[in-house]
Amino acid sequence: MRHLPVLRQGRPYYSVDRARAVHHRTKEPFVEISQANVGLIRRDFLQLEDVAGMMAGFTSEELVKLCAKAAEHFAGDTLPLGEGTQSADEYVEATSATTGLPHNMVRRNQAKIQGVLANMAGVLRGLTRNLDLAILDRGYGEAAGAVVSYFRRTDSLGVVLPSNSPGVHSLWAPAFALKTPLVLKPGGQEPWTPYRMIQAFIKAGAPPEAFSYYPTDHAGAGEILRRCGRGMVFGDVSTTKVWARDPRVEVHGPGWSKVVIGEDMIDRWPEFIDVIAASIAENSGRSCVNASGVWVPRHGRAIAQALAEKLAKIQPRAADDPEAAIAPFADANVARRMNQMIDGLLSEQGATDVSAEAGRGERLAEREGCAYLLPTIVWCESPAHPAANKEFLFPYASVVETPIPTMPEILGPTLVLTAITEDKKFQQRLLAAQHIGRLNFGPIKTIQIVWDQPHEGNLFDHLYARRAFQSALEPVGA
Amino acid sequence: MQERVTAHKSALDAHVREIVEWHFNPETGCPFWLDFAAKAGWDPRKEIHCYEDLDKFGFFEDEKLRGGPVRQWVPKGLAHLPTYIFETGGSTGVPKSRVQMNDFRTDYEMFSHTLPDEAFPKGADWLMVGPSGPRRLRLAVEHLAQYRGGICFMIDLDPRWVVKLLKWGEFDMAERYKQHVVDQALTLLKAHDNIQCMFTTPKLLEAMCEKVNLRKLGIKGIFCGGTEMTPQFHRFAVEEMLDGIYFAPTYGNTLMGLATHKAPTKEDNWAIIYYPPTPRAVLEVVEPDNPTKVVPYGATGRVRLTTLTKETFVPRFLERDECEREAPCDQYPWDGVRNVRPFQKLGTNVVVGVY
Repeated sequence: MRHLPVLRQGRPYYSVDRARAVHHRTKEPFVEISQANVGLIRRDFLQLEDVAGMMAGFTSEELVKLCAKAAEHFAGDTLPLGEGTQSADEYVEATSATTGLPHNMVRRNQAKIQGVLANMAGVLRGLTRNLDLAILDRGYGEAAGAVVSYFRRTDSLGVVLPSNSPGVHSLWAPAFALKTPLVLKPGGQEPWTPYRMIQAFIKAGAPPEAFSYYPTDHAGAGEILRRCGRGMVFGDVSTTKVWARDPRVEVHGPGWSKVVIGEDMIDRWPEFIDVIAASIAENSGRSCVNASGVWVPRHGRAIAQALAEKLAKIQPRAADDPEAAIAPFADANVARRMNQMIDGLLSEQGATDVSAEAGRGERLAEREGCAYLLPTIVWCESPAHPAANKEFLFPYASVVETPIPTMPEILGPTLVLTAITEDKKFQQRLLAAQHIGRLNFGPIKTIQIVWDQPHEGNLFDHLYARRAFQSALEPVGA
Repeated sequence: MQERVTAHKSALDAHVREIVEWHFNPETGCPFWLDFAAKAGWDPRKEIHCYEDLDKFGFFEDEKLRGGPVRQWVPKGLAHLPTYIFETGGSTGVPKSRVQMNDFRTDYEMFSHTLPDEAFPKGADWLMVGPSGPRRLRLAVEHLAQYRGGICFMIDLDPRWVVKLLKWGEFDMAERYKQHVVDQALTLLKAHDNIQCMFTTPKLLEAMCEKVNLRKLGIKGIFCGGTEMTPQFHRFAVEEMLDGIYFAPTYGNTLMGLATHKAPTKEDNWAIIYYPPTPRAVLEVVEPDNPTKVVPYGATGRVRLTTLTKETFVPRFLERDECEREAPCDQYPWDGVRNVRPFQKLGTNVVVGVY
């Protein structure tokens, strides 16, 4: 069986404590993963200041070039994996095996990560608002006619990662180019992507010390977030609520992303069904940027019916089927519990599982040892219904009718909002809303991300701060 | 080996008869067990002949130890002796408690004989960095130090406060409290050259070793316990923290006393293997769903404790721990336990290992 070691500032360490991730279909152990004990993590932190100092010796330009090389290695090379190696195809198979994601979805996420690494200069331009990166190397300089000085807020970025979709790993990657050592805690079912990214960076010439990889338990994850000067945590509300008020930690919880159609466009709703359906179902509905709500002033029942009919065509297929469009749950019990929870929500009057009437069949489908939750469109008669504004780890969306004047307040926290409207007043209200992370005007899929435009926090602002600066010694712009 | 195992079993059966006679004799027994016998409809002194016969008592519920009257546990035969009350570790609410007169001394004197003199020199002083207050460890470690000719330095540690801080989500404050404890310990270590031996818990040991090299401060032997230890912690401690200091992991609690560890071998792969202080206490590994049945050697099960001293009789108590059953070895010709850890099947949210 494959064994993934801990990486202690790049150095492999084979722990006595090991966890196993199983193949989602056979339930047989697929990989052993060394587990880091809390004391080991704490001890390694004692050296991180030196590592940060070493990273400061690289220029931003050098690091961006390393990222571009790492992109190629990540996408196509055979890279070290424990005491063996892993090809790009084996990476896809392994990630699919333990997460349940079909191969085509893993490949799309792989391409997404490759894209971020290859275009790191553009990503940093977006994050820094077009700052000359040489200013970060020198510590100060002139930007748009003003003297600026930036300093790194932390010696490390700690990231507690999820297992739902490999694409999230593109979020921490820019930290390397921003000269920040990384301390990663991989998800239990998805240890592959961060390990492979690290190996790609190292092959590209990055200092191994910049990467710590600690599969660990809940206590270890907490230790990483407490010890790192800055952190990111992914997970559901119960996982992330502890960190919600800690300004050092960027919380990536549920997205509750949505599509709204304005009064001016609602009668043209059939034109937007494809965009809405893709927002709900692409990447098997696993991302926080997948839409889980469709909020409209009228035609709600008809829109729900059209979405349900379109998504009912999505049925389980083999993991390597290029047409596969839905992933099974790695743990069937999670699917069963989630299904029961949805049934409970729907037992309250005023909501209908429209997909059940549109040819989907049972929501919970068990095929060849795998449990799937098939796309579910729920029509809610009121925004107050408990099934409205819910998010699950599969293609689920509620369609809700509500008057436009109630929006955007009634939407609640929304990571991505696609607003299909040309009503300038409505657009202005949406632009002024504080609870919307990313705003798309027009029929743009919620999952369509532009990487130079960060949502859910700006990594540069998270890692760097600006200080006042003057110099009597030399011209600042020199 | 088989002869030694058999001889040990005969000695255990004789010990069981002696202890049952003591606890159920109206002249010497404690009110709790005498009352039990009066209501049970059977006489333990007549029906208990060997260790297996203790199954007749069923499983002991430790809730009986919560609250009073604590004098119901004092054997009449020992009522003339000064009595101590010891409480369980980090629990909140009404604590479970155990009365004792001399058991803690006896247990730790027996344990003392398992410690190598070169690592725990006779006459060397000790530092106790563990839970204080109403806990048995506090007096027991001091007695251990004195028994070996040393003086025991102490710090205060209130694990119940740590539990509260963690339940409130006050992780920073818990960390600061830990550092407060560690700072006191290091101050004592730096001020007293003759401190060469230490008791501490895994987390406090880690915290101290992040700040100093304990060997360079004169520590030669560390007796570690109080909370769960994993094989990985064992390896990490030996390879990275202790710089050659002798490491003696132990498993114990207020009800049992303490179990000593078997010297690790390469084949053990850092497993921590403990043997109870039989015949005073017996540890067995039983099927979780049928705790009357002992699992085969190497199999996983729930820890079942039977305490058999003149001060305390606790038959068939199911611990909140699980482990693998370990075969007798040269040093200990009776069953041991391997890699003790919290019992998963209980599924309760127990805060463990907080200090």
